[in-house]
Amino acid sequence: MSQISEIKENLTVTNIGRGMIRREDPRLLTGQGKFIDDLPFSDFYEAAILRSPHAHARVVSIDTERALKLSGVIAIYTAADLEPIMKDLPPKVSHPKLNYQIRLPMVKEYANYVGEPIAVVVAENRYIAEDALDLIEIEYETLPAVASTHAALRKGGPKVHIGSESNVAVHIIQKAGDPEAALKTAPHVIRETFKITRGGGHSIEGRGVAARFDPITQQLTVWDNTQAPHYVRQMLATIYGMTEDEIRLIAPQDIGGGFGPKAQFYGEEVVIPWIVMQMKHPVKWVEDRWENFISATMERSQTHRVEVGFDEDGHLLVLKDVFEHDQGAYCVGLQVPTITMSTLPGPYVIPNIHSELISCYTNIVPTSSLRGAGRPQAVTVMERMMDRIAEHLGMEPAEIRRRNLIQPDQFPYAVGLLFRDGSPLTYDSGNYPALLEGAVDRIDIVKFRRDQAEARSQGRFLGLGLSMYVEGTGIGPYEGARVRLTNSGKILVTLAASPQGQGYETVYAQVAADAIGVDIDLVEVRHGDTSSIPYGQGTFASRVTATAGPAVWEASELLKSDLLAVAASLLKCDVSSLALSGNSVFIESEPERRVLLYDIALVSNVGRHGMSVPRDLPIAIERTAYFKPVQAVYSSGISAVIVEVDPETGKIEILKSLLGHDCGNVLNPMIVEGQILGGHAHGIGNAIYEEARYSEDGQPQAVSYLDYALPTAIEVPTPELFHVFSPSPLNPLGVKGAGEGGTIPVPGAVANAVEDALRPFGSRICELPLTPERVLRAIYDHD
Amino acid sequence: MAVDESRADPVEDKSWISVTINGSKQDYLVEQRLSLADFIRNQVGLKGTHLGCEHGSCGACTVIIDDRAVRSCLMFAVQSDGSSIETVEGLAIDGVLSPLQESFQANHALQCGFCTSGFLMSLVARLREGPIDTESEAREALSGNICRCTGYSGMVAAILEQSNSIQGIKENS
Repeated sequence: MSQISEIKENLTVTNIGRGMIRREDPRLLTGQGKFIDDLPFSDFYEAAILRSPHAHARVVSIDTERALKLSGVIAIYTAADLEPIMKDLPPKVSHPKLNYQIRLPMVKEYANYVGEPIAVVVAENRYIAEDALDLIEIEYETLPAVASTHAALRKGGPKVHIGSESNVAVHIIQKAGDPEAALKTAPHVIRETFKITRGGGHSIEGRGVAARFDPITQQLTVWDNTQAPHYVRQMLATIYGMTEDEIRLIAPQDIGGGFGPKAQFYGEEVVIPWIVMQMKHPVKWVEDRWENFISATMERSQTHRVEVGFDEDGHLLVLKDVFEHDQGAYCVGLQVPTITMSTLPGPYVIPNIHSELISCYTNIVPTSSLRGAGRPQAVTVMERMMDRIAEHLGMEPAEIRRRNLIQPDQFPYAVGLLFRDGSPLTYDSGNYPALLEGAVDRIDIVKFRRDQAEARSQGRFLGLGLSMYVEGTGIGPYEGARVRLTNSGKILVTLAASPQGQGYETVYAQVAADAIGVDIDLVEVRHGDTSSIPYGQGTFASRVTATAGPAVWEASELLKSDLLAVAASLLKCDVSSLALSGNSVFIESEPERRVLLYDIALVSNVGRHGMSVPRDLPIAIERTAYFKPVQAVYSSGISAVIVEVDPETGKIEILKSLLGHDCGNVLNPMIVEGQILGGHAHGIGNAIYEEARYSEDGQPQAVSYLDYALPTAIEVPTPELFHVFSPSPLNPLGVKGAGEGGTIPVPGAVANAVEDALRPFGSRICELPLTPERVLRAIYDHD
Repeated sequence: MAVDESRADPVEDKSWISVTINGSKQDYLVEQRLSLADFIRNQVGLKGTHLGCEHGSCGACTVIIDDRAVRSCLMFAVQSDGSSIETVEGLAIDGVLSPLQESFQANHALQCGFCTSGFLMSLVARLREGPIDTESEAREALSGNICRCTGYSGMVAAILEQSNSIQGIKENS
């Protein structure tokens, strides 16, 4: 398996870089996991939520009388009962030019998408609560709905929000160089339009919120399977007018997948704990799959009109991309389209860039970050155009890429645009030629072209697709870790961020054990409880390795210096003569002179009540560090796919899939490879299978796994993986994010491969996912 | 589902069932409309059986009933009367992981772990029917369940490793 390259000078690495099996696994394999709906909430009432059946409607009246009479129903809340919390849920990422439309926790007057919450029933159990939903009578005045960006931009068409003048949420242009002039003078200019449709996150566990209010301590405890516990706590504190210390937000130890939608903030998260405080009784709400389909945020729908200019040798001169982004009914955040804008140039030297976003409101559930977060779209567009340039000039697609890659000696490389974190888009490190050549060598393109020609002569259609990307990861503002010597002589690492399957309990024990120099079995990692560490941001944007990782490292180094100082005081020696190993600190030249961590805890943590301690003795052995990245760190990768397309059925078979990946130093290669493999499956889904379709009046057409095709083990091949190691100079571990890299390049590679396969038909692949219908249209239904 | 208000109290509709769960036989008074999954989770208290879709597609709730892998979200508890039910909690004995569970861990066949119980139960039932010798057989065996985290590669490797070691034991004995 992979190996660590160079992690840090003077560091003895024992655990970091090893593919250690996970500590989390035994409980998950034996059914002892602690997912939100597995927690013993037996005395909690259960909630069910009435959601708008219309994409756009005015709620004329709500009658809950019959529902309230049902035995077992405790209470029903609508917006009218929740006036104090009917406050704006602001976007995560905004822009001064945003045409802002207020998002409320529940529908007050206008329902703007199918699935928007209108009423909450609290009952003795979920069965009764769902019965009561059917007894609530609502009169709607339906309104014309907008179900695509195309419809949103139609002159004189209906408006998503009554009273607004435009469906455009924001219109932003970023430029580098002089793209207009470059387009006029470029020897070759080609254009295309690409469309990518909606898909969901589909964590197998839905969202969930439960809460209890303790009238004695006046503390509100909220269990929420969010990716961002401190963010949710802050939102609640702001809306409720409470301090952050009055709210304890617990992300359960086990969360059944995140992928982005659980990093967003929803009305249900505001309403459930508030109801608990009103009722003075604990309540839980766990989303079912149907609710997940219609109310959890989604992503991907964009339409790009792109132009590229290049010279006779295939050197890129200019890129101009104007794209429509489907923001959904509200702006939950602008991170996705702004990431798309800055991901377009990828690993290529492009002197002139015009990247233009037209984000539109639609009467569909809002979009927000989802594994890849705007990047799969951008990479698909750019990589499709690289293949078109190759076709135009009669070159190998690998060669056109080779001629345009940023070279290893060009870092730090300033692209000339801004990234989503507000900092200049400046790549810190990478080795893009190594990724390309690594893929080219493993594919053996010369042999493939022979095979392809031979197959064509037999009426079989093989295609090769390449796709490269650069991904900003490890973004700010900061992430925290607290490292403590417990009174029993162990090391407890507390993370602010909580995992959804990424193995933090294992990985950060590896980091802390190496930084301190203790036996890893003495290190325990906990996470996801705001009462254990005051500040944090959360797990999203492939950021935790490169933010919490350095925070754990720095806190552990500080803790180690405390341990050594206590031992020096107890052993009456100089700190420089000491070493740490196993469970003790000892004098290197006299290893029998040692103090156990347990002894250090007794002296410095427990102490002797009322007695003085030496002036130089550190006490209360606990250190907290917050790591603040100066900017994003940039991972990169390549996907290469060989497909066979059946022109009779439109079926795409993936004969080979290869992924090259560079996320700098690797803390646990088994876990990193697991992230890439899982991301790859998601990319295959986006490329071929997954599509959240909507009717023209905004009704979702895919609301179960019978009509939304999530890939199974049959559809996802095991890709061949290889790694390139370009450590980031911007953090002490040299690490970058790895959570999304498997997803990002795959749709573009598959699209390129399918067009390559279908070249004899003159097919143009411009829309994803490549369902059999779209493939057959590409073959038979074009000019 | 609409309710008939004249029959205002649905909890009155209860029946006794007798089921053997992970080898232990017991009688339970259950609501007639209670799903088997909710019965196992909330009444028996075995929370390892998870609900991912509640329409029989994702397989997270798979349990074994009388040697057949069954989606417990699609059955009522009353339908299990007289049967023998196996859940994920029954796989490890005295805290020692079964060889399949061990292979899952060694091959990083799980990440968030939410779907894992269902995969394990599907595979246990399938392996009782005979060995899984090839990658395509492994994929076929996995294809009734959905995992969003792993991309299935680790599970395929775990199954084949497991099957090889069983073959090895048979050949050596």
